[in-house]
Amino acid sequence: MFNIKEIAKSFLVSLWFMFLTFPIMVIRVNTIYKTIEWRWKNLIMIGAGSFLLSFVWRYFIKRKESGVKQAESGKEQKVPLFRRILEERKLFIPATVLTGLFALVFPFIFSSYQINIMTTALMYVILGLGLNIVVGLAGLLDLGYVAFYAVGAYSYALINYHFSLGFWTVLPVGAIMGALFGILLGFPVLRLRGDYLAIVTLGFGEMIRLILENWNEFSFGPSGIAHIPRPGLFGIAMSLENSIIYLYFLMIAITLFTIFVVNRLQDSRIGRAWIALREDEIACQAMGIDKTKTKLTAFALGATWAGMVGVIFAAKTTFVNPASFTFLESAMILSIVVLGGMGSIVGVMIAALILILLPEYLRAFSEYRMILFGAIMVIMMVFRPQGIVANVRRTYEYHGTPSKNAK
Amino acid sequence: MEYFLELLLGGMTRGSIYAMIALGYTMVYGIIELINFAHGEIYMIGAFTALIVASVLTLLGLNQIAILLLASIVAVIYSSAYGITVEKIAYKPLREAPRLSPLISAIGMSIFLQNYVLLAQTSDFLPFPNLIPEFEFLKPYEHIIRTPELVILLTTTVVMILLTVLIKYTKIGKAMRATAQDKNMAMLVGVDVNRVISITFIIGSATAALGGVLIASHIGQINFYIGFIAGIKAFTAAVLGGIGSIPGAVLGSFVLGWTESFATGYVSSDYEDVFAFTLLVLILIFRPAGLLGRSTAQKV
Repeated sequence: MFNIKEIAKSFLVSLWFMFLTFPIMVIRVNTIYKTIEWRWKNLIMIGAGSFLLSFVWRYFIKRKESGVKQAESGKEQKVPLFRRILEERKLFIPATVLTGLFALVFPFIFSSYQINIMTTALMYVILGLGLNIVVGLAGLLDLGYVAFYAVGAYSYALINYHFSLGFWTVLPVGAIMGALFGILLGFPVLRLRGDYLAIVTLGFGEMIRLILENWNEFSFGPSGIAHIPRPGLFGIAMSLENSIIYLYFLMIAITLFTIFVVNRLQDSRIGRAWIALREDEIACQAMGIDKTKTKLTAFALGATWAGMVGVIFAAKTTFVNPASFTFLESAMILSIVVLGGMGSIVGVMIAALILILLPEYLRAFSEYRMILFGAIMVIMMVFRPQGIVANVRRTYEYHGTPSKNAK
Repeated sequence: MEYFLELLLGGMTRGSIYAMIALGYTMVYGIIELINFAHGEIYMIGAFTALIVASVLTLLGLNQIAILLLASIVAVIYSSAYGITVEKIAYKPLREAPRLSPLISAIGMSIFLQNYVLLAQTSDFLPFPNLIPEFEFLKPYEHIIRTPELVILLTTTVVMILLTVLIKYTKIGKAMRATAQDKNMAMLVGVDVNRVISITFIIGSATAALGGVLIASHIGQINFYIGFIAGIKAFTAAVLGGIGSIPGAVLGSFVLGWTESFATGYVSSDYEDVFAFTLLVLILIFRPAGLLGRSTAQKV
């Protein structure tokens, strides 16, 4: 590993990156005072960092390649810890019970600030699971997922503003609005190739945001809508703290519901059609699956969850404006799905908790949040496209009982 | 009439700007069938590099032409370097992977590069010096076309002609077309496919950087986010003209430029980007192969 040749290689890599990052990392021009700041320290850091990282990079590339070889030669692979917890009942039941207990007592141990963060994280869990249907199961890259989230949030805000309907009435309306917009967008573009879909959804996401920002008569423009009521409970008046706890349990309930639905969907006829479509469109059509209809269902169902979470978001923050629905939000949800493992429910949940809670608790780190999301997408795709918790593919193996006719 | 002419020329300048970026998109897509989402970021990095070089040189007291040339050259070199590095890190390991993987990796790279510039430089808009000198003979026509606009138009035309010649008549161009048609077959007849892909990235990035310098000095300010919207628009233009085709990219860019220019001039300027995306969706529905593209049957 550490022979002369490898070291020379890494040295060249670090030289290359020092050259590459020189103008942007080292020089900073102050255009007002016409001064130049030379930050040589950054150059040394880049050099040292890329020297070490190039070893790590090559080590992982090698490991990946040997992993492929092992899989080809049919050797038994190590079963990762997550997978073991999921598969062995002896481990799975206690793990679930422990998580459930923790979720139950959580709001009574921690402050309302922590509960709020946890509620946000749960919202991203649901958004991740929703996008997982579209990207993970059906293999459609949706880069404008946040648009449906915005549709849900504005549905609640506007319906409440004009007709003063409550949270529980609007929750299904928001979900339906999300689905409607999903169909509206999906219908023209789903006939197209996958990569066009990515760019059209990206454009659609931006379009919704721009319309919300500019159509003042409709959406009150960039200043947004304030004083949206929190969710009620049979008209009982609650203190702020209690309503935070209430929202937390509401989120837990909706998360469980989402997990249940997505899990059932995955094993249903339509779910298997999605996975088949993801793997090979042409073979799928040959098997008699209606491509457009199947894709449209995935798109609409994914948008439904986004619409629903949108309503909850509006109720939680009691304020919506277009700035909450930028592309970065879509990118964040996408990196949750990518990190967790496309198609894997447990993976997406863990990834959402990691990606939302980590920057929240490491404040110094939060500046680097977006660059981290970008890096995660690249690194996961290169080294572990199946995510941290790979989805187990349903396989049927033939353990041949020797047939009697063989004699 | 004068207003119409102004919008027409404005749209053409806008179109040339998109064309410089769309060329790179279309070339890369033609060869490896990947939307290089990081392409807009390469353009942004080109503009930033040019700004930094120009500022340093201005403090050293060089004259305007020398600054323009040096800044463009350095920007082109750096953007090309970023282009191949991005290809080596984010796309090359994924060449045999399912289609979704390189697409996600490209999006990740785009976000990464944006935030890299944001963290290393600044999130504010930086004023970009006007590097293009004014031509004396254009003075009387100033209200119709100004020097930077003329320079941008000319550069785009020259770049397009050079690229067409390169692809049609040179050896590397032939290799590129072969790779685009069938990568494995090209490999069998002795084309170094990896080299061809690297060269494509270099050319695409270089044109984007050149575009970056011209546009930035025309508009007068840059920030880390300029690459993102410009990238989407340029992609729209490339799809509009028929992705994979070089004249198509330029034509698509002009159509997009005019659409935006007239729509903002006669309808409303608030919805500039909305018009572009609407055009994209319409084109994809009614003519998915683009204006100059040929529709191809899907291979099994």
